[in-house]
Amino acid sequence: MTLVSSRIDTAKLDKIMQDYDYNKSNLIAMLQGVQQIYKYLPEEAITYIGTKVEGLSPATVFGVATFYAQFSLEPKGKYEIKVCDGTACHVRGSMPVLNAVKKKIQLKDGKMTTDNGLFSLETVSCLGACSLAPAMVINGKIYPKMTEEAVSMIIDVLLKENE
Amino acid sequence: MEMIKLNVDIKEEQRKAQEKIKQQGRRILVCASTGCIANGALEIIEKFKKLGADVSVLNNAEKMSVIPTGCIGFCEQGVLVVIPDRKLTYVHVTEADVEEIYNSLKTDTIIERLLYVDPALNKRIVNNEEMNFYAKQTRTALKNCGHINPESIDEAIAAGAYSALSKVLQENNPEGVIKEIEDSGLRGRGGGGFATGKKWRSVYQHRGGKSYVICNGDEGDPGAFMDRSVMEDDPNKLLEGMAIAAFAVGADEGYIYVRAEYPLAIKRLKMAIKAAEERNLLGKNIMGSEFSFTIHIKEGAGAFVCGESSALIASIEGERGMPRPKNIHMAEKGLFKRPTLLNNVETFANVPLIILNGSQWFNKMGTETSKGTKTFALTGEVNNTGLIEVPMNTTLREIVYDLGGGIRNGKKFKAVQIGGPSGGCLTEEHLDMPMDYDQLTKVGAMVGSGGLVVMNEDTCIVEVARFFMNFTQHESCGKCTPCREGTKQMLAILERIVKGQGKMEDLDMLEELGRVIKEGSLCGLGKSAPNPVLSTLRYFRDEYIAHIRDKKCPAGVCSALKRYEIQEDKCKGCTKCARNCPAGAIEGTIKEPHKINQEKCIKCGACMENCPFNAIVTK
Repeated sequence: MTLVSSRIDTAKLDKIMQDYDYNKSNLIAMLQGVQQIYKYLPEEAITYIGTKVEGLSPATVFGVATFYAQFSLEPKGKYEIKVCDGTACHVRGSMPVLNAVKKKIQLKDGKMTTDNGLFSLETVSCLGACSLAPAMVINGKIYPKMTEEAVSMIIDVLLKENE
Repeated sequence: MEMIKLNVDIKEEQRKAQEKIKQQGRRILVCASTGCIANGALEIIEKFKKLGADVSVLNNAEKMSVIPTGCIGFCEQGVLVVIPDRKLTYVHVTEADVEEIYNSLKTDTIIERLLYVDPALNKRIVNNEEMNFYAKQTRTALKNCGHINPESIDEAIAAGAYSALSKVLQENNPEGVIKEIEDSGLRGRGGGGFATGKKWRSVYQHRGGKSYVICNGDEGDPGAFMDRSVMEDDPNKLLEGMAIAAFAVGADEGYIYVRAEYPLAIKRLKMAIKAAEERNLLGKNIMGSEFSFTIHIKEGAGAFVCGESSALIASIEGERGMPRPKNIHMAEKGLFKRPTLLNNVETFANVPLIILNGSQWFNKMGTETSKGTKTFALTGEVNNTGLIEVPMNTTLREIVYDLGGGIRNGKKFKAVQIGGPSGGCLTEEHLDMPMDYDQLTKVGAMVGSGGLVVMNEDTCIVEVARFFMNFTQHESCGKCTPCREGTKQMLAILERIVKGQGKMEDLDMLEELGRVIKEGSLCGLGKSAPNPVLSTLRYFRDEYIAHIRDKKCPAGVCSALKRYEIQEDKCKGCTKCARNCPAGAIEGTIKEPHKINQEKCIKCGACMENCPFNAIVTK
């Protein structure tokens, strides 16, 4: 089995594993480190960590990676849009906001990332910013009290940045 | 009792820290918590700095300092700017107001337009102590939140941080600490309400080898942000509470498990740990005593079930966060198979004040079986959303109407969802009930972590039940079959009902499934997952029946049950709706009123969105 692939840089992965003492109880932190580099978990990275850390197997790593919502096995877009669908946001109308985003970025049903790789969209269960409901986050920045019009304006700005 | 001599004199440290703060001159507090940052708090702070207000320590008392604080609580009114020495609070502040505020502080004038308007009295409030929102609260766990800069350990020490830890280290009597917590009547603030002192004692009984103290900061309930506030706004209080617990039960290592959705909390906790270690308030031989305690931060990765104690431990160990059977108690074999004490953030945050003020002070507050105060995240359809802390004998009515300022836009109160997806709903008949653990359990709800989502007449209760079931179904880890499969079936039934395809026997099936899931699941997630459905079935059965039998959504929320109609008198026959209808369901000739063919209509709302004359209504 070849582990080295053009998609991953094993030196970077070695560094992450070293930072966490090759200790299997730090697996989640290691995967968070990998995701920070690639914005998702490439399959090769999962296999690599699974064979290098004692007590782990690629299957175990894959099991952990798929268990937690934070990890993505698919590449994410340049702009990661998260629409909060916590209770407070839900009762103040997060679903119309989500649909407005979907429509605006022309995301196909069942897909997470747009074909041009610019946007990815997901819902999160609660950002803890309930007083700002409905809230939306793009690349870490929180946008408060969203409306369908506001969504359209915000995404227009991002589209313009990429023209 | 022999007192241990410490080499850190916390009183002297406190005096020095207070001296530093005095030199800051007039303090301008700007709320820099997640909510207010989103509303532009950081830009406001920068603007103040540019104008001359410093953040560093000043020697000139004439000057002003701008202090970024944690959540002041009144999130609805953000960005909040507080000038404590003048008891003045400005609300909805924007960057454009900063210069005016800065100048007004020099001349001691008040800017009327930035004052808070009491919605009931329709009057501007100058003195913030007169705001109902604050006047009705008793802040203990949140005492310092919004008053100090959470990124400065000096500010925390000036406010008394680590005095309680110093006290227990000097007295050197772990059993005495446990006794004090037992006497206080403190119960776990994470949901279950287990007696904290009892928990501590059972871990203490297994002391001797390696033990751990874990703080559960995996506040996953949608609609709750109390723990986030404590971690972000007064991290030292949490660290001190954990250190006292570790001293009492004989642990030397601790973990704080924080959910990854709270990056600011993670950052501030890390800063606080580092600063406390540098001052010898944490780490090896704390304050020169025999006691050592190191704290690590573990970031969660987005799994609600990890808020469950045994799943949380599995996650810290690097595994899938699945609950484990509890036939062996965690006090004996918990994290890495060692004795482990696990408490919630708010529980730990209550500890330092109980130690300093005594158990008597604490158990005077609250009800017979629920002592002290509880923080709640008040959200949803109330005027004042935000973070509150009230004695446990406060009624729901006081919370919704006095603190919350009533329902938004003059609508009618319908229900409150308490305790998130594990809790239940409270209706009008419960408004005068105190928010205590046992009373809430009796009516089919629970304190839970303390999320309070207020719903008005426009909220469809069946849709909300579907929403929670969708949430727990997604978050079920899949270990226990009744939870994994049962929640799926319950969700399928609820989805049918909101689409108008429900049958009357579905209601009995929901109740039966609910009972089986509750009984057949290992952990709290499964045991409580059916609660929102069961409690709404109990109090709002007629609304379920309206969806099933009459094919109507009384709140007008469920889109499949909506009926779009064109009002003939308003329709000008412009044909725009017919052109926009994706289903070709609109018929009519130009300049004549159009009609919607209900059989073809897919209820997408495109016609209503595009009608220039507002002639289309839903019924």
